[in-house]
Amino acid sequence: MQVYMDNNATTMTDPKVVEVMLPFFSEKFGNPNSLHDYGRATHPDIAKAIDQVYSAVNASDNDDIVFTSCATESNNWVLKSVWVDKILNGDKNHIITTEVEHPSVLSTCRFLEEQGVNVTYLPVNEQGIVTAQTLAGFITDKTALVSVMWANNETGMIFPIKEMGEICKEKGVLFHSDGVQAVGKIPVDMQDVHVDFMSMSAHKFHGPKGIGALYIRNSQPLSPLLNGGEHMGGRRSGTLNVPYIVGMGKALELATENMEEKMAAIRAKRDRLEDALLEVIPDTFTVGDRDMRTPNTILISVRGVEGEGMLWDLNNAHIGASTGSACASEDLEANTVMLAIGADHELAHTGIRLSLSRFTTDEEVDYVIEHFRSAVERLRSISSSYAKVKPTPGGEATACEMHH
Amino acid sequence: MAKNDLFGASLWDEYSNKVTTLMNNPVNQGEITEEEAAAHGNKLIVADFGAESCGDAVRLYWEVDPETDVIEKAKFKSFGCGTAIASSDMMTELCVGKTVADAVKITNIDVEMALRDDPETPAVPPQKMHCSVMAYDVIKKAAGLYMGVDAESFEEEIIVCECARVSLGTLKEVIKLNDLTSIEQVTDYTKAGGFCKSCIKPGGHEEREYYLVDILADVRREMDEEKMKAAAEAGIDGDFESMTLVQKIKAIDAVVDENIRQFLIMDGGNMEVIDVKDSGENIDVYIRYLGACSGCASSSTGTLYAIEAALKEKLSDKVRVLPI
Repeated sequence: MQVYMDNNATTMTDPKVVEVMLPFFSEKFGNPNSLHDYGRATHPDIAKAIDQVYSAVNASDNDDIVFTSCATESNNWVLKSVWVDKILNGDKNHIITTEVEHPSVLSTCRFLEEQGVNVTYLPVNEQGIVTAQTLAGFITDKTALVSVMWANNETGMIFPIKEMGEICKEKGVLFHSDGVQAVGKIPVDMQDVHVDFMSMSAHKFHGPKGIGALYIRNSQPLSPLLNGGEHMGGRRSGTLNVPYIVGMGKALELATENMEEKMAAIRAKRDRLEDALLEVIPDTFTVGDRDMRTPNTILISVRGVEGEGMLWDLNNAHIGASTGSACASEDLEANTVMLAIGADHELAHTGIRLSLSRFTTDEEVDYVIEHFRSAVERLRSISSSYAKVKPTPGGEATACEMHH
Repeated sequence: MAKNDLFGASLWDEYSNKVTTLMNNPVNQGEITEEEAAAHGNKLIVADFGAESCGDAVRLYWEVDPETDVIEKAKFKSFGCGTAIASSDMMTELCVGKTVADAVKITNIDVEMALRDDPETPAVPPQKMHCSVMAYDVIKKAAGLYMGVDAESFEEEIIVCECARVSLGTLKEVIKLNDLTSIEQVTDYTKAGGFCKSCIKPGGHEEREYYLVDILADVRREMDEEKMKAAAEAGIDGDFESMTLVQKIKAIDAVVDENIRQFLIMDGGNMEVIDVKDSGENIDVYIRYLGACSGCASSSTGTLYAIEAALKEKLSDKVRVLPI
C-alpha cells in the first residue's frame, strides 16, 4: 500500500478533471483570440470555466477573476503592482503582512523592502494565527496594502479574514489574501468578506499544476504584471491556457459542490487519524485548535524524533508526508511557521504535517496510524532524548552549544 | 547557475548507499551501562552534544580500558536527521580500537570520507556536511571527560568553517596570498562556507564566533594598510614605482619644480601635471602646457624631450610624458 498524505503541497489531479481537459490539446486547440472557428470553438468552454470559478467563490459579476500561471504569480502581481500604483506613484510607503506567509509573499516583500518600502511582518500567536486586533494596531495612513493568508499551509489554521477585511475597509487600506490553502477546502464567499484581491491555485484542489487565478474586487485598477496583448481584458497577457482553464473550472466545481458534506467526510478521517496518533503515541501534541483548521490538516510534534528522520521512515513505508524541519530543507533554514509557534524550538525540528484529501480512504488512515507508530518507535529507540544512561558528570549538554 | 542548477536532485538522492544503509540500520545504536563497563574492568564515559531544541543531539558511550586507554566499545544515541544517525554510527565505528588520544584526531571529514561509496563522490549533499560535525565535537567532549581536561584543549587552532574544517589562520593566509575579494572566491579557494553556510554571515543555521564576511573585511583592511605603509616607506626611500598615485604626482611635481619649471617660466610659459596612469609597463604622465608654451613649436619636441628625460632619470625609465 502507498498513501499520499501531502495534499497541502499538491494534490492528485482528479481523473474527471483530466477528462475535460483532454479535448483542448489536440482537438479544440485553437487560440481563443483568433477570429476563425478554431478559436471560437474554445469560447463556450472558457466561459463555462469562468462561471464555475465565479460561482465556487461566490464572486459578483462586477468582480474580475483573472487566470494566472500559479498563485506565486498572483501574489507577486498584487504586491508589485500595489507598490507601483500606490507607493511609487502615490503617497503610501507601507505594506503589512504576517511572518508565516508563503515564500511568494515573504520573498516579494523582502524584495520590496530592498526597493525602500516599509514592511511590517505581523507575529502569530501560539495558535499560529494573527488576530484582527493585532492587525488593526499596525495600520497607519501610509499603509498601502495588507496581505494575510486565508489559511496556513503548515498548520491549516484559518485566519480571521472577515474581521480583517472590515478593519481594512474602515481604514481605507487595500486587503489581499492568499487563498491557496482555503479555496476548495473551506467555504470561500467573496460577497461575505471585504477582500480586494485573493490568490488561488488549481493544483491544491485536484486541478492541474501551472494554473491559478487572482480575484480582483469590483474590477478595481491594478497595473498588470505581464504586459502584452489584450488577453483577459488586458489585465494579464499571454495566450489563454485553455485546457488548464477548463481543468481549473471543473476542479473547483468538483471541490465546492456539496462542500459541507465533503468537508465533514475529510474531517471525520482527519480527526480519527489525529485522535489515534495522539492516543497510541505518548509525548505528542498537535498544533492549533482543531475547529479552527482546514479540515484536512494535522501538524503533529513527536518528541525525540527529528522531522527528516521521520519523513525518511514514513517514506520507507510508502507514505508521503511533510516536515518543516530545518534538516529537510535545501538551505537548512528553519520553517518560519514552526519557529513562530515553536514551543522550546523543538517543534521546529519535530513537526510532521499530514494533509488528507477527499480521496483519502479509511484503509489509508489505518495504514498511516500503524506505520506512523512503528516509525516513531524505531526512531525513539535510537533517540538520545529517550536514552536511559545519564552522561558522565560534566558531559551534559543543556542548550545549543556552539561548535568550537 | 546553469543547466544543472535549474532543477536540483532530491536531497535524498545524494546520500551514499552507506549513509542510507546506516540510517535504516545503525550498527552501534544503543547504550552501555555502568555495570557492563565494570564487568569488563573498563571505564564508562558518556558525553552529550547538542540539544533537541537545536535540531541535533547526540550521546556517545565509550568503554575505555584504563590500562591501555583503548576504546574497546562505543555506542551512540541520536536525536537527529538520518544523516546525523549515519554519521554518529560511523563515528563510533571509527573510535573502536583506538586510544582516546588517537580518537581525538578523528574529524568530521574522516567520518564523511568513511561514509563514501567511492572516494570521489561525497557521501552527503553539501548542506548535510554539517551533520557530521557534531560527531567530531562529541568525541572531543568524551575525551576531555576521560582525561580530565577541557574539550577545547584538543583544538589547536580556531576553526571557522566546521564542515570543511578550515582554520582562521588558513583563511587569512589564502585571502592574502591570492588577493581574494569576495566570499565566493574564499569558498572556491578553501571550501569554507560551501556547506551549511553558517560561517558566512550571522543569521545562518547556527551562531558562530567568526564569520567569513568579517574575516574577509579584516584581511582586506589589513592588506590596504600594509600597502599604504609600504607606499609611505617607498616615498621616503624614493622607490617611485611603488608609490601611491598621490605620492607619484608629488614626486613628479618636485622634479619639474627643481629641473624644468624655471626654464619654462623664463620663456613666459609653464606646465601642470593633469594625471598619472600606471599600467605596470608604462607610467604615463599627462601634462598641459600653459602660457607661451602652449603655442611653442618645441613644446612637442625639445621641451617635451627635456621633461621626459629629467623624469626618467630622477624617477623611472617607465615614465612617458604625454602633452594634451
